[in-house]
Amino acid sequence: MSTLHIDHVSRWFGNVVAVNDITMSIGPGVTGLLGPNGAGKSTLINMMGGFLDPSTGSVTLDGQPVWRNESVYRSVGVVPEREAMYDFLTGREFVVANAELQGLGAAEAQRALATVEMEYAQDRKISTYSKGMRQRVKMASALVHEPSVLLLDEPFNGMDPRQRMQLMDLLRRMGADGRTVLFSSHILEEVEQLASHIEVIVAGRHAASGDFRKIRRLMTDRPHRYLVRSSDDRALAAALIADPSTAGIEVDAVDGGLRIQAVDFGRFTELLPRVARERGIRLLTVSPSDESLESVFSYLVAA
Amino acid sequence: MYDPTVARLTYRALLGRRRAAILFLLPALLLLIAVAVRVLNGADDQVAADLLGGFALATMVPLIGVIAGTGAIGPEIDDGSIVYLLSKPVKRTTIITTKLIVAVAVTMVFSAVPTLIAGFILNGNGQQVAVAYTVATLVASIAYSALFLLLGTVSRHAVVIGLVYALVWEALFGSLISGAKTLSVQQWALALAHKVTGNGLVTSEVGLTTAVTLLVAVTVVATWFAGQKLRKLTLAGEE
Repeated sequence: MSTLHIDHVSRWFGNVVAVNDITMSIGPGVTGLLGPNGAGKSTLINMMGGFLDPSTGSVTLDGQPVWRNESVYRSVGVVPEREAMYDFLTGREFVVANAELQGLGAAEAQRALATVEMEYAQDRKISTYSKGMRQRVKMASALVHEPSVLLLDEPFNGMDPRQRMQLMDLLRRMGADGRTVLFSSHILEEVEQLASHIEVIVAGRHAASGDFRKIRRLMTDRPHRYLVRSSDDRALAAALIADPSTAGIEVDAVDGGLRIQAVDFGRFTELLPRVARERGIRLLTVSPSDESLESVFSYLVAA
Repeated sequence: MYDPTVARLTYRALLGRRRAAILFLLPALLLLIAVAVRVLNGADDQVAADLLGGFALATMVPLIGVIAGTGAIGPEIDDGSIVYLLSKPVKRTTIITTKLIVAVAVTMVFSAVPTLIAGFILNGNGQQVAVAYTVATLVASIAYSALFLLLGTVSRHAVVIGLVYALVWEALFGSLISGAKTLSVQQWALALAHKVTGNGLVTSEVGLTTAVTLLVAVTVVATWFAGQKLRKLTLAGEE
């Protein structure tokens, strides 16, 4: 059982702050690190893996610093996001080399290859592998020494649904075994399916933390913004504002249309078509104006 | 200090790449020229010394040193696959010294061995010319490998910088401008070659003591510095 402690960690590159004063503990079980692209997830994982030094703050594994401390890799397995591995080797040669670097041998390598179900292609050159196969061999290389901590950077990128399911099962098993598994993703559904605990990172900041129900609720309960154009904007606005599901409406004189802020998502989506039908108003455009992941996340930061 | 797995990965990466063709091409060219010179010109000690000095030591060794030295670590840092070495309980200085040993060995095999053979083809090792230049290439292999290994950890353009250094500095300035000669691996190696022949056929601009001191200093400092660079190597996120 191992716990990673991230204590007031910041990291900047020149003038750009990639990670901004983050404090969290990652304990046994599966934790998802969720955030949009460019949020600082990789930077944070690189610091957890000892590949990057924090500008301030500290990252420790059970009290041991991870930066400049090769001995932590006896209990840490890393699955990097980058594709490059020793492409001129076969899958087996690659995993055996990783086992040897851990002071282990061919037997452990073979067991790791069996775990990720890559025995059938183990004697092919890595250069011939698909993205999913590469991902599994990377997993095997990180698992040879049965680490108590496993760090994975965007492990599901480029995997087909079946491979995704297999990897999720594997990670779930590892979490159930009491290992500390941390993976990053920018897809909520992915994190929700797998992680028992979620840490949300937005623009380098620690935005939210909790189980998936809490994160899901935070995300769906946020105010939604819509752009609506209709045959009679002002009449529609008057009817909508009477209902508590709508917090504010702005008439956009320049582009035409209404900018509506809805506070009760479920109720508003049911209200809008009903009101329009009752008043004989034709809806020309109904588009959510801030459904990008970015805005969903930035709402969380403010919350 | 030495890890057999790191060594295996390094030499397979070195010899498995297309660039490795140069490792075979240059020695083959040297042997071809040696045979041609011997057949057309007969055995001549001065010609032998000129060819081994001008081509083998001044051009072939630095070029092979660039390929082996930068190739032993540069590509892994560039594509990020070095993470598989760094994420292991292996000291980073061990990674560097292992890679240096492999680079030195490869440079020696592909430059000193053909130099010796070419020397025997040219004049049957008359006046110890073949042995002298073999010693010089062996010594130069160590210093070049260490220098170019460091270059591979410092710059993404290690091969280009290495080639410029090898061709412009060592081959051109090192032969023409006397000031540059004191700071030339080639001249240091020649000082040892001179010691072996003990005659005027092989000469160096620097004394033996200076040469040996500089060779050792450059090798040790470059290796130490490369180890430091690797310890501090950060794999920045690509976001």
